[in-house]
Amino acid sequence: MSQPLLALAVKAKDFQTHHVIDNVEFSIDQGQVVSLVGPSGCGKSTLLRIIAGLGSDYQGEVRVKGERPHLHSRDVGFIFQEPRLLPWLTVAENVGFDLGRAGGKHPRVHELLTEVGLADFANAYPKQLSGGMAQRAAIARGLFTQPALLLLDEPFSAVDAFTRMRLQDLLLSITSHHDTTLLMVTHDVNESAYLSDRVVVMASRPGRISGEIEIGLPRPRDRRNLQLTQRAADILNLLNGGQPDSLDFSENPEQSVGCREPLFISRFNFAH
Amino acid sequence: MSLSSTAILPASGETPAGNSLRWQTLARKGQGLIVPVILLIIWESVVRLGWVSAHLLPPPSELVFTLADLGQSGAIFGHIGVSSLRVVIGFSIGAGLALIVGAAVGLSRCVEALLDPTFQAIRAIPSLAWVPLLLLWLGIDESPKITLIAIGAFFPVYLNFVAGIQNVDRKLVEVGGIYGLTGAKLITRIFLPASLPNLFTGLRSGLSLAWMFLVAAELIAATKGLGYLLTDGRETGRADLVIVAIIVLALLGKLSDSLLCWLERRLLAWRDVFDSRPS
Repeated sequence: MSQPLLALAVKAKDFQTHHVIDNVEFSIDQGQVVSLVGPSGCGKSTLLRIIAGLGSDYQGEVRVKGERPHLHSRDVGFIFQEPRLLPWLTVAENVGFDLGRAGGKHPRVHELLTEVGLADFANAYPKQLSGGMAQRAAIARGLFTQPALLLLDEPFSAVDAFTRMRLQDLLLSITSHHDTTLLMVTHDVNESAYLSDRVVVMASRPGRISGEIEIGLPRPRDRRNLQLTQRAADILNLLNGGQPDSLDFSENPEQSVGCREPLFISRFNFAH
Repeated sequence: MSLSSTAILPASGETPAGNSLRWQTLARKGQGLIVPVILLIIWESVVRLGWVSAHLLPPPSELVFTLADLGQSGAIFGHIGVSSLRVVIGFSIGAGLALIVGAAVGLSRCVEALLDPTFQAIRAIPSLAWVPLLLLWLGIDESPKITLIAIGAFFPVYLNFVAGIQNVDRKLVEVGGIYGLTGAKLITRIFLPASLPNLFTGLRSGLSLAWMFLVAAELIAATKGLGYLLTDGRETGRADLVIVAIIVLALLGKLSDSLLCWLERRLLAWRDVFDSRPS
């Protein structure tokens, strides 16, 4: 690949007198799933906001598809911690919000709602949805603009454990179906290990990268897989300031290459 | 259990249950009528018995005749039409200005610091204090009345709309930002719908104030309208005219409020609020 989908090099970002981010640099290739993990206050949400074009007062360079990030970019979608559906619009109108008032009637709205299992709720108001359903609607809205890069800010932290697992699988299957690249901020070490190709671990005060873990396991993954558990432990070590002693990939010769084909296919013949 | 008895059970059980349910809803709806009906009966009998002079307190039966007379000559419809038109025009101007000014004050700290103290001060002026000034400035035809009504409608709409805008969830505004909404689009697609509940509260109290200010305006200088009917009744010593005008004003006020209330319920069906109405 000639140029990465996202190339990020933030030298510094100050918030009032605080030095929030110090020399954070990473890039993401098309089709990857990358997690940002770190203690609160390490600037990971700030990074997301910079990439989304919500903040521009930083030093450094950020390029999405070679372009400076800006609001309403066709290339970037954003999913918040809470669903943030607009309560006065129906679910369908929320998903098609980008197109304006008649957005709810766009055929892609129906497709996406079917994919997230909310086809029957197209005309419902957000107040009629449960927390998990609302977040599914938010995922559909995030994907509606068909962004190349989808940013997620702790998207599943507000739902219960069972819903979270279902939403994680849903997210993976839909985004691989749409060939979307994911950059996700999360507090949940197991979530980051389960979902990601790469986990970027950050430390706080000032926010900086303390290491990166390549998960390198094929999908679909089993949450009980020992290697996965080991990766989660590695992430935890790194978070705790320990040495990243498991960056050694010899344990798992089969890399995740090729596993980002549409999941509907790879699910069934991943044995090859 | 035989088949026939099970077949009979629901049939025989449903009718009384359905009946009693119907009676219950009827009774619940009728409850509000009990006190007014008793009062009307007492009113009528007190006058008939000669305890109170019919000249000062015309009995309900006489009011019906007065209303019928006014209706037959068409006079009452003229009064209603003139007054309603004044309220509609005055309320539209006042509420419309409040929307524009409220949006500016609510969205911009700078405009708020500039304008809000002045509006708060003007708001403190009692409505009737405006009347002499408006008569001096604008004469005694329609314009002072409509101006007064517009002033009355302006403040509740303005205050509630500003409060509504300033209470819009920052997180929803951010959603608008992510989708590249700015300026007028951000206002119409995020701020306006989000502050609609407050706006309706303001519109409803603005409308009731508009009716109040209408009477104030018409009592002082008018040749037509329900306020004029009140003055006319007082000057000609006809209490029945005064009471009829009061009743018509009450009905019109209630009717226009119900209209807004209906609109509110339609437009704000999305609200996730406690609904005390039995479903």
